[in-house]
Amino acid sequence: MELIKPDFGLFFWQVIVLLILIFLMSKYAWRPILGSIRKREESINDALASAEKAKLEMANLKADNEKMLQEARAERDEMLREAQQMKKNIIAEATEDATVKSNDILNKAQEVIQAEKKAAIKEIKAQVAELSINIAEKVVKKELNSDKAQMELVNKMLDDVKAN
Amino acid sequence: MHRNFREHNSGTMKANQSLRIVMALTLAFTMLPFASFANKDIAEAEEEFNPTDMIMHHIGDAHGWHFFGSGDNSFTLPLPVILYTDAGLVAFMSSEFHHDVEGQNVVERDGLKFVNYHEGIYQLDAGENTLKMGEDGYPANAVEPLDLSITKNVAAMFLTVIVMLFFFLSLASHHKKNAHAPKGMNNALEALVLFVRDDIAKPQIGEKKYKKFMPFLLTVFFFIWVTNLLGLLPGAANVTGNISVTVALGLFTLILIVFNGNKDYWAHIFWMPGVPVPVRILLAPIELIGLFIKPIALMIRLFANITAGHIIILSLLGLIFILENVGVAGISVPFALFIMVLELLVAFLQAFIFTMLSALFIGAAVQEHH
Repeated sequence: MELIKPDFGLFFWQVIVLLILIFLMSKYAWRPILGSIRKREESINDALASAEKAKLEMANLKADNEKMLQEARAERDEMLREAQQMKKNIIAEATEDATVKSNDILNKAQEVIQAEKKAAIKEIKAQVAELSINIAEKVVKKELNSDKAQMELVNKMLDDVKAN
Repeated sequence: MHRNFREHNSGTMKANQSLRIVMALTLAFTMLPFASFANKDIAEAEEEFNPTDMIMHHIGDAHGWHFFGSGDNSFTLPLPVILYTDAGLVAFMSSEFHHDVEGQNVVERDGLKFVNYHEGIYQLDAGENTLKMGEDGYPANAVEPLDLSITKNVAAMFLTVIVMLFFFLSLASHHKKNAHAPKGMNNALEALVLFVRDDIAKPQIGEKKYKKFMPFLLTVFFFIWVTNLLGLLPGAANVTGNISVTVALGLFTLILIVFNGNKDYWAHIFWMPGVPVPVRILLAPIELIGLFIKPIALMIRLFANITAGHIIILSLLGLIFILENVGVAGISVPFALFIMVLELLVAFLQAFIFTMLSALFIGAAVQEHH
């Protein structure tokens, strides 16, 4: 029976000790410990959340980069195409210009040739006339010894001229 | 990275070393009771061995802290005896009784005479010089004053307080300095604190209201656990296996329930909703008794479990002396060792169960019904 008979002295001290212990521990141990643990847990949660956010931002950034790259590529293709087009145009224009110019040159050359030809013919005609006169002079000098012969010659010449 | 690894390694080695020292000390202390029994056998070979007295002496409270030896040769730490008599407070050291528990040695203080009869301090009636026993086996010419002595159990309690303050103030000082997870012992303690918070308080009381009860739950958990563990040391006191101590612990839980119970809780006790009126009248006294039964169950469970463990170990070792055969030790000691290891588990388990059920009862009292 000794065993299950509560003893007031011990009960009294247990109550006192427990009250003091709860007070001391909650003030100097539990509060700082639990407070700091809670702070740490919050900071871990924050860190995890911000890491998640950073990951998301990274993914967005990557997508943006991809998009930008895509756009740049498209722009480059466009520019290349335009350049190609421009090249073709320039060549075409140049060809046209060249054709026109060469035609001009040809035409002018033709004209010059014509003119030169006319001039040459004119000169030849003049020379031929002079030569004819010279010949005629010599012939005349020799043959116009008689009237008859003179007349004949004149006629003949007139005929020739007509024939011309 | 490498350096860290090395530091960690040396930490483990240090831990191993300290573990070895602890083991050696434990072994040395475990041998002490055997030595004392041996002494006793030689000194009082004629005296018959009484296992009940031996066990009761070990699990009971005492006014001095007896370690080993007997009579005037014993090694006993004297503790203050504090008595509240009709003439006021009287205090003296327990050593003044000279290890006497049979009421033979009379200590005189302020004209009052005191004797220690089976660890009860009696004040002899005026004019009496020796203790006389009555017909009923109790002292006839003496009264028991209010005994507020620092007994062995109270001293052991103080020891628990010192141990707890030492470890947890160290953990707290770490937490005041930085918010990083601590290392070594502090880390283990922090894990236990988190265990009480996350596995006991939060699930039983609820996320919203658990904070208010954390100081009580944590203190009670560690007080019971540390006291249980210290109680397993040879020569130590059986504090949590003393009904007075568990009554006090149960009372704290009861007070917390009574003062924190909300309207719903009291309605469920005195006027159970949702049942017919005659049943309500029938249920009210049952529920009211239940209110008290809960902490009483807590109190008896802790007391009985711890005391039982001590009794089993002492009985197993007592077998050697009952049978007066050293060979029995070959069976008794391994069995006692096995029970001792089991008690290490029980020490934690009982602290856990007490805290868990306290949290459960408090949780029921503060729970909001929908």
